[in-house]
Order: sequence, then C-alpha cells, then structure tokens
Amino acid sequence: MFISFLYELRAAGLKVTTGEWQTLHEALERGHTLASLNRFYILARAIVCRTEHDYDRFDKAFLTIFEGFESYDALKDELSDWLKDAKTPQMLTDEQRALMKAMDFEALQKTFEERMAEQKERHDGGNKWVGTAGTSAFGHGGFNPAGIRVGGEGKHRSAVQIASKRLFQNFRRDVTLDTRQIGMALKRLRQWGRAGLVDELDIEASIAATGKNAGDIQLVFRPERKNHVKLLLLMDVGGSMTYHTHICEQLFSAAHQLVHFKEFRHYYFHNCPYDFLSKDVEQDERVPTLDVLLTVDSSWIVIWVGDAAMSPYELTAPFGAIDYFQRNKDPGLVWIDRLKKHFPRSVWLNPEPKEMWGRASNQLVRSVFPDMYPFTLDGIDEAISALRAKSFT
Amino acid sequence: MIESLSWHLRSFMGFDMATFQGTSTYIASAELSEIVNVAVDLQKPLLIRGEPGTGKTVLARAVAEAMSLPLLTWHVKSSSKAQEGLYVYDAVQRLNDSRFGTGNVHDIKQYIKLGPLGQAFSAPHRSIVLIDEIDKADIEFPNDLLHELDAMSFAIHETGETVAAKQRPIILITSNAEKELPDAFLRRCIFHYISFPQPEEMKSILRVHHPHVEEKLVEQCLLRFYWLREQNEIRKKPSTSELVDWIGALVRAGVSIKCLEKELPFLGVLLKKESDIQALKSGAKRPTRY
Repeated sequence: MFISFLYELRAAGLKVTTGEWQTLHEALERGHTLASLNRFYILARAIVCRTEHDYDRFDKAFLTIFEGFESYDALKDELSDWLKDAKTPQMLTDEQRALMKAMDFEALQKTFEERMAEQKERHDGGNKWVGTAGTSAFGHGGFNPAGIRVGGEGKHRSAVQIASKRLFQNFRRDVTLDTRQIGMALKRLRQWGRAGLVDELDIEASIAATGKNAGDIQLVFRPERKNHVKLLLLMDVGGSMTYHTHICEQLFSAAHQLVHFKEFRHYYFHNCPYDFLSKDVEQDERVPTLDVLLTVDSSWIVIWVGDAAMSPYELTAPFGAIDYFQRNKDPGLVWIDRLKKHFPRSVWLNPEPKEMWGRASNQLVRSVFPDMYPFTLDGIDEAISALRAKSFT
Repeated sequence: MIESLSWHLRSFMGFDMATFQGTSTYIASAELSEIVNVAVDLQKPLLIRGEPGTGKTVLARAVAEAMSLPLLTWHVKSSSKAQEGLYVYDAVQRLNDSRFGTGNVHDIKQYIKLGPLGQAFSAPHRSIVLIDEIDKADIEFPNDLLHELDAMSFAIHETGETVAAKQRPIILITSNAEKELPDAFLRRCIFHYISFPQPEEMKSILRVHHPHVEEKLVEQCLLRFYWLREQNEIRKKPSTSELVDWIGALVRAGVSIKCLEKELPFLGVLLKKESDIQALKSGAKRPTRY
C-alpha cells in the first residue's frame, strides 16, 4: 500500500525519485511519525514536494490512498510490515507479496464502504469532512466545515482532513514550460566582456608586471567580466493573446530574473506595433515608437511575442490599427519592417501551434519578418541559436 | 558508538529527541518545528519558502538559539559565487606581504579565508549555516554547491588540503521564489512552505512582539490588516513584519480603536508601493483591457 502511495504520487505528476523515497523510509525508521498519520502527512510532504506548487497534487494523491483511514491504528500493522521490508523489497517471499495484495484489497474495500456511507449522508444534507478532529471523518449535519477550520487545532486535525481541504490548490500550475527552462534557454544569449569600472585584480597580469618590475609589486586591475546583452521584449497583449497570457508572463519573469542582462526593457503592443508602444498591459502609458527607435540602439537583442493573428487590413491599411488612438499613417507592416531593420538581431516567438500559421495576417507578417519560431522549448532554443548565429557575423 | 547507541535509544523510546519548538521570541507552528527536527535528524538541507515577511530568515536564528549552536549566515547576492561560501584566496594580501616582508608568505594557509560553509565544515562543533535568499544568485549557483552539500567536504586547490566536515552542519536555505531552483538541488532538500499565518496564529505572534498592547486594539488591527490583504488592487500585500511595525506605530502615536475603525493611519508602514496607496485611496479597480 505504501508502494502504491509512491505510484499514486508519481501518477499525480510529482517527480518522486528513489532517493526521496529512501529518505522517507529513513525518516520513518527513525521514528519521526510518532505513530500519527498527521505527522506522516507533514513528513512525506516535506520530503516529496519540491515547491509549494506540488502541495495540491500531493494532497490529492494522499487523499486517494489514505481516505478513510482515520486513526493510525488501521495503518500501524501495514506500516510495520512495510518497514520490515523497506530495506530489501526484492527479497519479498511470495507469501508476503500475497499478504500485501490482500491488504491492498482490504484497504480498497474499506474506502469503498466509507464512500458508500458518505453517499448516504450527503442525502441527509451532511457534509463529508465534518466532525471534530480525531473522531469520525463523517460527522453529522449541522456543523459548518468552516467552523472546524477556525476552531480545530493543528495538532488534532487529521491529515486526511487537511489534505481534503486542499489549501494549496491555488499554487498549482500546469505549464509546459517553466520559468527555469526559459531562463536556461535565455542564458545562452549571454555575451561576456570586460568594460566599465576597473575594479577586479588581474592576478596573472599583476604577476607578470611585478616580474618585469624586478619584483617590486605592480598591481594590474581590470573591469569585471559582465554580460553585455541588452534585451528588449516586445509583447502582443489583449485580444487573441489573452489565451497566451500565462506563457508570456513566464517568458517575462524568466527574462526579468536573469539579472545579469546589462539592460532589459519591455514594451507592449496590441496586435501590431504602430506609432505608439505602451509600457503597461493596459496600454495607458504610451511611448512613441520613434522615441524607442532613437533611444534603443541596434546592439539590442529583440524578442517579439505575438500570435500575428488579426485582420489583414490592420497590417496593410493606413489608419488600420485596432486601437483608435494610434491614428497610424503608416500601415502596420511598415512599422514591423522598420523595427525589424533597426534591430538586426530579432526573433519572433509565436505561442500558436505551427499548424495555425497559415492565416493571412501571419503570412503577411512573415513576409517581412521571416524569423518566426513557435513558443515552445524547442522553438526558443532554435530562436536563440538563430540570434547567436547573427551575433557572430 | 555513542551515536549508534543514541539511535537505538531513540528507536527504543519510539521518538526522536524533539529539539526545536520555537523560542520565546519566535512562534513556530507545530508543523514547522516538526520539519526542522526531521531535517536536523536526517542531515538534509532544509529549504524554506514563503511570502516575504513570514519569518524565513529569522527561523535560522531561532533554531540556533533553541539548540544553542553558533549560526553562520551567508547572504547571497546576485554576484555571489558558490566558491565564496567555501573559501576565498586572498592573493592581494599575499602579494602585499611579499613586497613589504610582513607575514609568512610561504604559508599559503594564512591567505585562505574560509567562507560560512568552510567555517562550519572545519569547526570542531556543530553549527548552523543559513544560506539566505539562494535565488538571488546566478541560475547555476545551487548546482555548483551540490557536491559540497552531499559530500560535506571540499578541496582547497591552493594548498591541496581537503576540508571535511567534522560535524555535519545543519543547513537552512531560504528562497523567495524569484528563480526556480534546479531539480537536482531540490531533490536533496527537505522542503517547507511557510504559509501566511491565520489570524489566531498571528495573534500569538503579535503577543510576542507587543505583549502590552490591548487585546481589542490588536483584534481591530488584525481585522483591518486581513481586509487589506484581500484587496485585489494591492500588488504588494503587507506581511507579518509590516503588521508588527504598524501596531508599534499606532501604539506610539496613541491611536484609538475608534479612529482605526474609520481610517487607516500610517498606511505607509503597511503599503510600500505608491501605486498601492493610490489604488486603495481612490478605491478604483485597476482597469483591465482586452
């Protein structure tokens, strides 16, 4: 049954490794659970979870396995059996294995019976996890679950109750890309160089200079090695991009976290850049695009994020901008081309799957901006390789 | 021998010697103290995360105090390198000494300055190392420490010496989740997220900081404080330490409970962002546009 807990956790998406599982064994062997399911819950969670985002998945898996076990007594025998086998699981005899299977079934049956009980109570208007801590999980109607949460003391609440509340639901994030992965990809953009304040002692050069100086010390200083990359993010917000907000936030925070960029700036646009870019998502604080072109020179690396999905006239017609305030005399495509030419090192990441790239507006954009890559890990890698290739020519 | 004996004793008694339960100035939840004790016993680094102001850094001080062990703190900065925690070779001093004939230039050891981890490894007694805000450093920083934390030893290249921990130090790591940490690193840690204290818990924390403040005033403050935290317009939510400061300010200024019902004096103590104060005052929801 404990092995099934491991697989339940892994099925829930937690990357539990053998090492962590062994740590949990060790903690149990050393008596840390103090014969309490509560403590087992806290212990297992601390060892198995790696971030608070895992807590909700853990709670769910814990519930699946331990739902119905109110007291530790029910677990005790199995726990001690498990501990006996903990070190050498491969040495199990067939007999023992059969025993374990039987227990699994018993546990299942118990849970099943209790679920049935729950069904009945629900008809009576009761609630599942109502009851005072330490007694039956299936309390009687009339109690308010919220009352328990306030009144119950941490020590006496059962672990199953805690798990069933799933307090950490908000932390959960099911994302394909995590910030770290994007961060690692962006890191490849770094270009090291020495410039600026001369404050680092160059030991090699100092020794050489001292030698030349007949042993009289001569210290040579040099500027610290720093990343010279300046990164500009241009992000499409609003409209169809709303569906991709999350992934854009991830890229943004990954870029923001890489404190080692020499400079980092970002602007937003809606569908296509025109006379104005904006500093905030709400597009309240506007900056003339020409000012950006004047103040941000061509040494900057530019990453565009957008789905390039709009009406074609937003790209081709003067005054075609979706936002009235733009009043653009030049069509959107001209602006894209202008920005692209100003920043030779720029790529476009498109969160839409490549199959959708056939739409007219997308083809138009790619006619002036061919360096478009899908916003996936592979796509980002490809885009960064392209940027690197450009920086060396 | 003694260790194995105490282990047997422990398993015989069926529980571990509880070592940490918070201190008179630090209120630790039962959960947190339990996890600290597990990490100490299993000799694994303990990684603590949580909202700013939930007492992550103070925890190390409290553990050190409760267990009466020395605390070595390593404040990580964006420029920090893993190596600095182990040792730094002071070449400038050595060059200087050779030039002016001071010190014993041939004794390289003199010029090796041990960092917090290095000091903890070489100390004859057990100590606590706090690696504070590990996520501030470069993205590779935690990976560079993996080996040293696993083996609890490192080599000093300049002298060819190996420093191995005489007593495995207790390692506490805090992170603000600015950066995600590598899996290989996380796998080796015991992890705990300090959730924001519930009002009841908060009350006992406040009692430690402001023992003489009227119960009613504290309750009114808590009411306002938790209300403030629920406002969506506020980006930087006030935390425990800000609440403690705020009550301090209210008491010093002699603000009455009645006044507190109507307005929020010293708002700047709670809200640190100009935009948050503005948003609260105007009461306007931030516009969302699509």
